[in-house]
Amino acid sequence: MISTKELCVHYGTALALRNASITVPTGEILAIVGPSGCGKSTFLAALNRMTDLIPGARVSGRVQVGGQDIHHVTQDASQLRRRMGMIFQKPNPFPMSIRRNIQLALREHGERRRNELEAITERVLTDVGLWDEVHDRLEMSALQLSGGQQQRLCIARALALQPQLLLMDEPCSALDPLSAARVESLIAGLRGRYTVVIVTHNLAQARRLADRVAVFWLRDGAGEIIEQGSTEHIFESPHHAIVAEYVAGARG
Amino acid sequence: MTDARIRQRIRDASATVLMWTTATLIVCVLTCILSDILVRGLSQLSWTFLTAELQDAGRSGGIGSIIVSTGLLLMVTLVVAVPLSLATAVALAEQTRTRSRFTRMVQHSLDALAAVPSIVFGLFGNAFFCVLLGMGYSILSGGLTLACMVLPILVRTTEQALRAVPIEYRHAAAALGLSRATILRQIELPVAAPAIAAGLILGLGRAMAETAALIFTSGYVTRMPASLLDSGRAMSVHIYDLAMNVPGGNARAYTTAAVLIVLLVMINAVTTLLTRRMAGRIRDAVVPEGSR
Repeated sequence: MISTKELCVHYGTALALRNASITVPTGEILAIVGPSGCGKSTFLAALNRMTDLIPGARVSGRVQVGGQDIHHVTQDASQLRRRMGMIFQKPNPFPMSIRRNIQLALREHGERRRNELEAITERVLTDVGLWDEVHDRLEMSALQLSGGQQQRLCIARALALQPQLLLMDEPCSALDPLSAARVESLIAGLRGRYTVVIVTHNLAQARRLADRVAVFWLRDGAGEIIEQGSTEHIFESPHHAIVAEYVAGARG
Repeated sequence: MTDARIRQRIRDASATVLMWTTATLIVCVLTCILSDILVRGLSQLSWTFLTAELQDAGRSGGIGSIIVSTGLLLMVTLVVAVPLSLATAVALAEQTRTRSRFTRMVQHSLDALAAVPSIVFGLFGNAFFCVLLGMGYSILSGGLTLACMVLPILVRTTEQALRAVPIEYRHAAAALGLSRATILRQIELPVAAPAIAAGLILGLGRAMAETAALIFTSGYVTRMPASLLDSGRAMSVHIYDLAMNVPGGNARAYTTAAVLIVLLVMINAVTTLLTRRMAGRIRDAVVPEGSR
């Protein structure tokens, strides 16, 4: 489970995200939708403290993952990120073999047994539907895979660390329609096993995938959540007039 | 065709001609220098010339000891400059956007260092290494002076190479909880290796071509060096001496210059080959399938 309370992010003096409070129960998929520049990616980055890498970024409010406060000073960012897989818009496998892409982080976090490494590699590649395609060329450079395969490899790489949570920042938007469909059905298959927070510009995708939806909107120069609830609620009977227009395709 | 259209055509055509002319001129200058040196130099080149001891102030005999001295000088230079420049470049490249006062100070110092004439490096090397540290006229003094001289080139090129590594890799690695050391060693350095090697060749070339910085530091002595604390004459110093101080030394100066150029080309080729092999997987990776 992940929950945030009054999460704010400043870049320098500019407020980028205002008072985002949200709770995602374990095993559910939360879709974050809204127009560009309304704090969706910032919200995601604050969840696994990727904001630490952005000079001038300042986070306030609370983020709890499995009951632990992640912005607590004693919390080690690398241990934290290990528990949260992150998938980016542009597939970003490392320029090394498929096998090493999966095993690099495992080795770093202390897994040295060869059998275990190979077993995990096979399991996660099977999980993302890549095993049959690449099992006989694991030494091949990951950058020779197609875009869709690369994105699935990135998901496998994240799954290898057995995260509690997956954060996805528009994981399908840089892919061709067929690959996108493939990745989307892969994400749908993760429901129940992982808690997923996915940012998407594709409302139809949000509707198909998500258990819950949060709509972000820009207000007074900063992004905030203007409405959240079950997918059905957001798409069928939103309270907010802007949300109604947005999901009907008339705004945003 | 309208007048405006014709004028545009003429402008385009003249720009094209101008660009091709300048490019051709540059190639011509290079070809003239190279062919002059190689034609005059290679005719006297023999195995004995490369291995034998120098005789009669260089008018006869070979340049065996000179080649050895040059090699030792370069070795000292590399052993000192490469680790130092790598560490500095990593430190500078780490500061992605927030450029601290310290970073700016280091960068300004490097720029200033790069602009210092080599004769000044020579005087400094003499005062500091030879006299103050008591190393005397020696290959060690010369190599250390050369190291100071190529440091800015190596640091700048390595820093650029590291900064050119796509930030996505760093994000992906950070999201997996990898340490900075792992990201640097496993991802950034291998990706940057070819560009770092290019900088290395540049620095090596500068060091091999250097005369002024060496006259006062590694000295003139032509005999085979017995240790790094011996004085030794570099090839460029030898060329200078033959051409300026030894009547009738011109032919030998040309031959030595030809050897120097061939050595440079060889170093260039070997380094390129090695980095290609080292970064083979990465190059395969960066070039999309089908376009190779």
